[in-house]
Amino acid sequence: MSPEKEKASGTVVTVARTDLPVREQLMLQKMHYVPEAEDAGKRICLVTGIHGDELEGQLVAYQVNRRIQEHPEFLHGTVDIYPAMNPLGINTIKRGIPGFDLDMNRTFPGDEQGSMIEYFVNQAFMDMEGADFAIDLHASNIFLRELPQVRISEETEEMLLPYAQLLNLDFIWIHGAATVLQSTLAHSLNDVGTRCLVVEMGVGMRLTQEYASQVTEGIFNLMRHEGIWEGPTRLTHFPVTCRDQVEFLNANAAGIFIPSVQHDIHLKKGQTIGVIADPLTGTDRETIKAPQDGLLFTLREYPVVYPGSLLGRIFVSGPKARSGKEEDKA
Amino acid sequence: MKEEVIFSLDTPYRESCRIRAFSFGSGHKTCAVVAGIRGNEVQQMYVASLLVNKLRRLEEENGFLRDHQVLVIPCANPFSMNVNSRFWPMDQTDINRMFPGYDKGETTQRIADSIFQVVRKYEYGIHLASFYLPGDFIPHVRIMNTGYENAGLGNLFGLPFVVVSEPTPFDTTTLNYNWQIWDAKAFSVYTRETEMIDSQSAKMARNGILRFLNRVGCIRYPSSNGFLPTVVEEKKMLKIHTEHAGIFHRLRDPGDEVEEGEILAEILDPLTGDITDRIKAPAHGIVFFAMRQPLISIHEIAFRIITDLHS
Repeated sequence: MSPEKEKASGTVVTVARTDLPVREQLMLQKMHYVPEAEDAGKRICLVTGIHGDELEGQLVAYQVNRRIQEHPEFLHGTVDIYPAMNPLGINTIKRGIPGFDLDMNRTFPGDEQGSMIEYFVNQAFMDMEGADFAIDLHASNIFLRELPQVRISEETEEMLLPYAQLLNLDFIWIHGAATVLQSTLAHSLNDVGTRCLVVEMGVGMRLTQEYASQVTEGIFNLMRHEGIWEGPTRLTHFPVTCRDQVEFLNANAAGIFIPSVQHDIHLKKGQTIGVIADPLTGTDRETIKAPQDGLLFTLREYPVVYPGSLLGRIFVSGPKARSGKEEDKA
Repeated sequence: MKEEVIFSLDTPYRESCRIRAFSFGSGHKTCAVVAGIRGNEVQQMYVASLLVNKLRRLEEENGFLRDHQVLVIPCANPFSMNVNSRFWPMDQTDINRMFPGYDKGETTQRIADSIFQVVRKYEYGIHLASFYLPGDFIPHVRIMNTGYENAGLGNLFGLPFVVVSEPTPFDTTTLNYNWQIWDAKAFSVYTRETEMIDSQSAKMARNGILRFLNRVGCIRYPSSNGFLPTVVEEKKMLKIHTEHAGIFHRLRDPGDEVEEGEILAEILDPLTGDITDRIKAPAHGIVFFAMRQPLISIHEIAFRIITDLHS
């Protein structure tokens, strides 16, 4: 690691670098903040951009940077912001890494003796290892819009749930473990004792300012709880917790999905969610109805669908996630 | 030979995606062969088509033994193949990371499920596969060390090498891994090529599969014994990383025997043509894998070398 450019009370640090074929260095950079007048305190890593088409975290990274720079006196711990884990993907509008088959979030903790990307991933992982917390920000993908939520595997519920509840989100989804998740950043960090929370929000290739502000507030609230930040935080959301009480709505026909409801509403059983239309003939090939009452927390954004395409997800029990209540913490 | 459509999927503005399987013989489901799971696996589809062609003739000439059935899916992903896309064109998902599949899941989970429901009933499974890094291999049989594998059976193909690899978490959703979990004896067969056709290694792979079917008592197919294979653990191969970026000028190919210190490749400055590095063999051995692309970054795996030739 080499400090490079002084920025307010933070420092831009290059975590990993490698040479690309034609006179260009590929760099993974982070913004590194330490308190002005005391020891480094607890450390939190804010990570985003593992998938190059998920940009919602960019705005969160920007907002967190700005607030720390405006009030460095409130900082009592170490904050590392990694806005672009997959710089080539973000730069070239690709979800994955150009020229590499595997999803970056299936390669953690990386391999120092592996290919260039596996090496790169390993350098990043080693830089985060040992932090007290990591927040891994995702934005669904280009196909689906998500309510701000934390996803936690059952095996890490006890360790992570109390912290997830501090993040000012709508929803906490505790799901069964799948083997392939073992190679995600979150699983790999949790495995070595760095508590990592995965946040999903919004939609790929777009920024949702409302969600970014909500999640930024939650990150500062967690930091405040852990003594990293002593500035004011303003909670607006209190999440409901879901343990796989989720109905998946998959298409059974091909065509163009035309939704008839908004995202983030409570549905009644039998309510029409949308149709899959055939523009060639002007006919509806399938009408999608709510199988049960519940909160529509995922809704398809990209219209073209095949049989199997995910159209939405419904949380089928519990109150509406957004309470509307607000709480100031000063 | 019976041809059937094992899966059909409606798609917008194109004909339905249909996956076709060809079956030979009758009775006990002995062996299933799957190729073309990725849309750029042209060589793998070509090998399977050669196999279909040969098995059809064998069946016509009563070359199948009683109570043995072979199924071949030459192209499990014609939809991607027709638009020259390695992965599913809509969402770039990889069907070979979706097994065992899910019939009520996303599109590629449904495709994986439809294939797996058909092929999991067979005693032996052979996947004509390609690797996640671009490069060339010695033709070989690869077996995952799942605890269910039998490396000795890999010798029956008579290909030069049998490689035993340790599965990583992302391997657990491949066809090969799930075949083994469901009690089939599974093998992945690799040739030199993927996007382009290499007739020599394609015929070597086809003959290896026919030799295997002959040796497990499924068909009568008089052939040469092939190679006496060397069984290699993948983790024991030497990896040679690049220490410079630039134009990769390869001087040695898979299958070449190399001496310690021998130059395997040169790295050229892409703008001046100066040689910036010479990649040397760290030990005597056989080149198993060689990077192919002409431009290379630092820390890429340029070569893998088998040094333990007596294992």
